[in-house]
Amino acid sequence: MNRADDTLAVEIWKGGTDGRLAAFEVPLRANQTVLDVVTWVQRHRDPALAYRFACRVGMCGSCAMTVNGKPRWTCRTHVAKVAVERHLTIEPLRNLPVIKDLACDMTVFFEKWQAARGRFEGRTTRHDEVVQLAPDTPARVAIDAGIECINCAVCYAACDVVAWKPDYLGPAALNRAWTLQNDTRDAGQEARLAAVAGDAGCHNCHSLQGCVAHCPKALNPTAAIAGLKRAVFRAALSGDL
Amino acid sequence: MTHPHRNQPLWWAFALHRVSGLGLACFLPLHFLVLGSALNGDAALDGVLAWTESGPVKLAEMGLVFLLALHLLGGLRLLALEFLPWRDGQATLAALAGSVSLVFAFIFMFNVI
Ligand code: SF4
Ligand code: SF4
Ligand code: FES
Repeated sequence: MNRADDTLAVEIWKGGTDGRLAAFEVPLRANQTVLDVVTWVQRHRDPALAYRFACRVGMCGSCAMTVNGKPRWTCRTHVAKVAVERHLTIEPLRNLPVIKDLACDMTVFFEKWQAARGRFEGRTTRHDEVVQLAPDTPARVAIDAGIECINCAVCYAACDVVAWKPDYLGPAALNRAWTLQNDTRDAGQEARLAAVAGDAGCHNCHSLQGCVAHCPKALNPTAAIAGLKRAVFRAALSGDL
Repeated sequence: MTHPHRNQPLWWAFALHRVSGLGLACFLPLHFLVLGSALNGDAALDGVLAWTESGPVKLAEMGLVFLLALHLLGGLRLLALEFLPWRDGQATLAALAGSVSLVFAFIFMFNVI
């Protein structure tokens, strides 16, 4: 390859699902992130390049892409860590429809979040006392383990079961459901358990842990899903489901 | 443009569990067929049993023991994962199940030769 030492060979997905890779040469910089590379290409080579980001500090979950074949949060992924011989291939996330270039349609992902009833359902009003959740109770510890999700859909893209069975709710939504099942203030647990016990629910998970291997927040959706399976089993035994 | 993200031990554990399950499911009817041949008199069964003494069949039996042990131990790991509190190190456990199954297969081999 006849490339200057201070450049990076980058291939970026262009177009919709039937698109193709386009090649760019991008200057190498110290501490450069994959998102920096995409932004450089958009500013200097291809103003029409579509991609998403917002916070650039790993909080908003909007910048996930497939980098050299793996789903990653691009704003916190350093080029030095993932480039192979100064080469990067950047594609949209797997398992989601591509709108254009690196931007995926996240609608299904968030619809499944709702289908798993991944929202808090309170039972008190502002006139009631604030309920305490003691930090050392097992339920609170289980919530803590899963609460830091940023909705980036990296796990969803990594999950083979989502690819095989597109209806499957997926690791992120189920992980969220599990944190709420452990929340003693939540009033929607019965309906939520029924929602995650359905055909598209937790029992589809083969515990392959692709989600765990790729989650940038180092969460463990597999453990959350195993927790849901046990809860469903208990409820089915006692006739509550 | 699909990128399966599969190159990790637990994906292989899943694939082997599936394959061993299918392998055992295929073996079972053959097994009953052989046992059933006793209904046609002991000569028929003895004929098959003599055939199982040959080298390649012995080797296949070793494979069968391996598949059986793998499916059993892998299945126990999955049951524990689903019904007991979460435990980290699943990849190590899966590797352990694989190696113990190999040991079983070799013990079987040395016992039958
Ligand atoms: S552990 Fe379950 S949810 Fe996670 S990637 Fe595997 S099948 Fe998907
Ligand atoms: S569980 Fe992890 S990978 Fe999945 S959406 Fe949340 S932060 Fe992203
Ligand atoms: S831009 Fe917000 S997480 Fe990457």
